[in-house]
Amino acid sequence: MEYGAAGTLGQSAAGRIECQSVRKTYRDAAEGTEVLALDGLTLAIEPREFLTLLGPSGCGKSTLLNILAGFEKPDAGKVLLNGVPIERPGPDRGVVFQDYALFPWLNIQQNVEYGLREKGLAKSETHAVAQRFLAMVGLSGFERRFPHELSGGMRQRVALIRVLAIDPKILLMDEPFAAVDAQTRTILQEELQRLWMQTLKTVVFVTHSVDEAIYLADRVTVMTARPGVVKAIVPIELPRPRDSTSDGFNHYRRAITQLIEVESRKVFAAAAS
Amino acid sequence: MDARRASINGREAISEKTRRPLGQWRLALPHAPGRLAWHRMARRALLPVVLLALWQYASTAGIFDPSFVPSPMTVLRSWWEWIFGARSELAWYSGTWLEYVWLSAWRVLVGFAVASGIGISVGVLIGWFELIKDMLDPIVQGLRPIPMTAWLPFATFIFGIRESAAIFLIAMGSFFPIVVSCTIGAEQTPKNLVRAALMLGTSPRMLLLRVVLPSALPYIFNGLRVGLGIAWVLVIVSEMLAVKGGIGYAMWTAYQFVRIDLIIAAMFTMGLLGLASDRMLLVLNRRLLRWNTGLRAR
Repeated sequence: MEYGAAGTLGQSAAGRIECQSVRKTYRDAAEGTEVLALDGLTLAIEPREFLTLLGPSGCGKSTLLNILAGFEKPDAGKVLLNGVPIERPGPDRGVVFQDYALFPWLNIQQNVEYGLREKGLAKSETHAVAQRFLAMVGLSGFERRFPHELSGGMRQRVALIRVLAIDPKILLMDEPFAAVDAQTRTILQEELQRLWMQTLKTVVFVTHSVDEAIYLADRVTVMTARPGVVKAIVPIELPRPRDSTSDGFNHYRRAITQLIEVESRKVFAAAAS
Repeated sequence: MDARRASINGREAISEKTRRPLGQWRLALPHAPGRLAWHRMARRALLPVVLLALWQYASTAGIFDPSFVPSPMTVLRSWWEWIFGARSELAWYSGTWLEYVWLSAWRVLVGFAVASGIGISVGVLIGWFELIKDMLDPIVQGLRPIPMTAWLPFATFIFGIRESAAIFLIAMGSFFPIVVSCTIGAEQTPKNLVRAALMLGTSPRMLLLRVVLPSALPYIFNGLRVGLGIAWVLVIVSEMLAVKGGIGYAMWTAYQFVRIDLIIAAMFTMGLLGLASDRMLLVLNRRLLRWNTGLRAR
């Protein structure tokens, strides 16, 4: 696999994120109760770091990501990007959604150009940038297609370059590969890693797959069952690209799986009682 | 064929391609769009032709009283005269067809245009802004249950026997389905598309134009089609009772002169006009919603 020169893509400096005692409750509409999703979570994400958030379902990983994106506000605590509080969504934080969230009425080219147009770039410029990114993920020739005409893997590539094109400080990814098949998933993981090596953006990547977390991350953050706090942070000291069948990989897999299982049992026990 | 797809987005409707021909347990081969094999054309024409033939037979064989039910040939002859006959002060039924069609179509066009303009903007605003919903929705929902024909005496009283009375009625009638459909469309805007737009740098003020409106388009078109149908109903009603000229006026005059042949010709005229205008809207729909037509086939 080709890895381009590090940091050759994009100009904007990578961002540093700081979460200090973040607390968030939300209303469960079905149950009519208040649910504590995050209970004083503290976490720092360094510039150019690839951090994965791993935890049992419902542990508040997506809530945390939504707060970082500015879609939701914490009830208490601070969330800072390069020292500035995050108040609302904006193009300095690119979000990749699990359901792609491409605009179905725009074709692929227009979807990739969308953020650039909002930045006020001239049409010739947005066109050139979109072409470059489409070529990078092997989607040249699909410009005039609409999202529904593409496979899940292709759509997620479009969603990824749509945010890379606006050159954000941070990439927030919410289980982006959960909806595609296993083979496509492996390819997308490799591609993401390659693009990340070229851009060296700060990435926060939510997943419930231990393998995915280890394969991609500089540090794997394991969260506790609800209410979510950081249970452990595991730095992955394996050279990239990683071989998921190696002994080193297996060592991490065993350790992290044990951490997660304790939490998953708690969720299960809470549901059973 | 397209009436079957009239449900919102047509997603529930069965696709033409997956329908099995009776007695053949294989999938029908997909046809090129807009082209049907000759045998399917023949199949479609069969029943209308048989019914017309039966009607003609019943008339010539004396089963139908010709002074009561005219034969298809009589209808055609009268229709022909109505379209191509010489104009005369004494014969309203000769050569006036085109003028009447134009009058009715014009009224529908103006009333429907007014209803679309106001209906789309008000509907989308109600569906998107809570404040506007609280302010306007009670009025819309309060007036909506009043049957459109119940507005007729009021409209003629206020506007008199004038064009404005007909146009008011048509605009009122088609406004409600449009506004309701647009409201639903705007309310159904997917949350993640709104979030994606904000994340990509769209300002909250531009969301309406960038996301809400395009996302509501399938619903908007659905409302427009229903509204257009109602506009044709109301043009007939108002021409029968409130204004002079037009196909409805001709129909009512034909009734007073006991010209059943012309009543039937007027009915067919209305059917053709309704069909043609609906087709025009569908063509526009297909062009604007190419991104959506692919969704409904699955």
